[in-house]
Amino acid sequence: MSNMVEIRWHGRGGQGAKTASLLLADAAFAQGKFVQGFPEYGPERMGAPIAAYNRISDERSSLHSNIYEPDYVVVVDATLLSAVDVTGGLKKTGAIVINSEREPKDLIDQLEGYEGGVYTIDASAIAGEELGNRNLSNTAMLAAIVKVSGVIPEDAFMKEMEVSIKDTFSSKPHVIAPNMKAIERGLKEVKGI
Amino acid sequence: MGIRRLLSGNEATATAMKQINPDVVAAYPITPSTEVVHYFSQYVADGEVDTEFVAVESEHSAMSACIGASAAGGRTATVTSACGLALMWELLYVASGQRLPMTLAVINRALSGPININNDHSDSMGARDSGWIQLYSENNQEAYDNYVMSWRISEHKDVLLPVMVCQDGFITSHAVENIELIEDEKVKEFVGEFKPERHLIDGGPLSVGPYDTPHFYFEHQYQRAQAMKRAKQVILDVSKEFAAMTGRGYGLFEEYKMADAERVIVVLNSSAGTAKVAADQLRAKGEKVGVLKLRVFRPFPHAEVAKALSNAKAVAVMDKCDSFNGMGGPVFVDVRTACYDLATRPQIVNYIYGLGGRDVTVDNFLYVYEKLTEIINSGTNTDDIYRHVGVRGVN
Repeated sequence: MSNMVEIRWHGRGGQGAKTASLLLADAAFAQGKFVQGFPEYGPERMGAPIAAYNRISDERSSLHSNIYEPDYVVVVDATLLSAVDVTGGLKKTGAIVINSEREPKDLIDQLEGYEGGVYTIDASAIAGEELGNRNLSNTAMLAAIVKVSGVIPEDAFMKEMEVSIKDTFSSKPHVIAPNMKAIERGLKEVKGI
Repeated sequence: MGIRRLLSGNEATATAMKQINPDVVAAYPITPSTEVVHYFSQYVADGEVDTEFVAVESEHSAMSACIGASAAGGRTATVTSACGLALMWELLYVASGQRLPMTLAVINRALSGPININNDHSDSMGARDSGWIQLYSENNQEAYDNYVMSWRISEHKDVLLPVMVCQDGFITSHAVENIELIEDEKVKEFVGEFKPERHLIDGGPLSVGPYDTPHFYFEHQYQRAQAMKRAKQVILDVSKEFAAMTGRGYGLFEEYKMADAERVIVVLNSSAGTAKVAADQLRAKGEKVGVLKLRVFRPFPHAEVAKALSNAKAVAVMDKCDSFNGMGGPVFVDVRTACYDLATRPQIVNYIYGLGGRDVTVDNFLYVYEKLTEIINSGTNTDDIYRHVGVRGVN
């Protein structure tokens, strides 16, 4: 399917990579896309490396395998760069977005010679400042991948997030506004080369 | 027009349960089916359904409670996976043997030894001879649609057998995908009221499950077997009515690019979608390949499957479950047997695949199609029909 965008998320259990992939699915669905959002289940424990996936396309995809040649990769936890082959199969025409306070050029050495786009965003700092917890970086990362991939127009994404975030955090209303702020900053503060 | 949503397979099943509003749901949570029980108990707590939810202490008790509820005349449902289904085993036969309608959503997961929480079909395939109808679902939409249809099939007077609606654990149960839901009132109208002819409440004197002597037991088993045979036509009739309501047509199986196919893969549940992608890639190169996706495994549509495969040269039957019989998996054995009466038979081999959540890829199916070409060119022998794909050290 030529118009399909495939995204792979890398995080650690408890960091919200799965939640972020489901929020992205919601936003793309609201744009009339066909979407898949699914995690890869292994040992479900805090801190263990996990992967989550999105397929976004104009027609329904019947594929039900994991994603091996993604267009984009999102790394929610930079310590995974040395633990997991995050650029494995990543297309040269795509990009990787990493949660890091460092500049993209400073991370290239850790990316196994990856020749595509490299972006960083200090999502942990944003989460610390807006949500009071550096571990809740997933919403800022979500905004960053939307910005980098262009898979959804930014204004439509913001509009949809106002609905989705309210829905996702309906039992914790005090985190809705801070998450929206983290998303706004995520769109603005992602840095690329 | 239906309602477009983005739901996981578990959410889709729970939504259908809510729309049908069974009289009794008795269930015990087990991964990966737990979410269905979780969502449904929330509907009960919120008063969105008036179901009697029985929080039992095991799956053995869940099926026992369902048997009691169905015998009492209640519309009854439960949900389980893997070892949970295994623990229901004894009672599965009791439910079907006493001709008690009900629906069991099976979120397919590997059986233990060693323990594994991921997907394969060893749970429901093990129950294939328990007298339950089995429907398999490629994605969340089919899991939802099959679930809505299952009640009409189970409760039909020509059938009166319980139904398992199966879907792949995690692969579809925990993946969100687009789905078109049916409006609540349409579902209720389609499913209708459950009015059993005889039941324990308000039905006059009746015994359910007394000792069946050799003088009667055999006749009862014969009747159960006949009911299973009749179920095929009922499934087709209900599916036709469902298609008139939704525009989504279902048969006993789906034939994908089968018209002139020389090489065919037979597969069920989520990997059927992945096999279709492999078939598309080869069709783009002009290769004559197709996919036969089984929806109804019990009753097994043997004559229809044989006819659909009669023009193929080589067939690979995929089993996400091993029978450990030294010969091949359960789908293979049935498909191969069904083809015995054909005047000219295709060569048929078995591939065991995807056990315990091993990811099943387009490349796996391309490999199998390639092997079918080798078989057409050089033939195979009976020592070489029982194969595996995706096992390290084997291929």
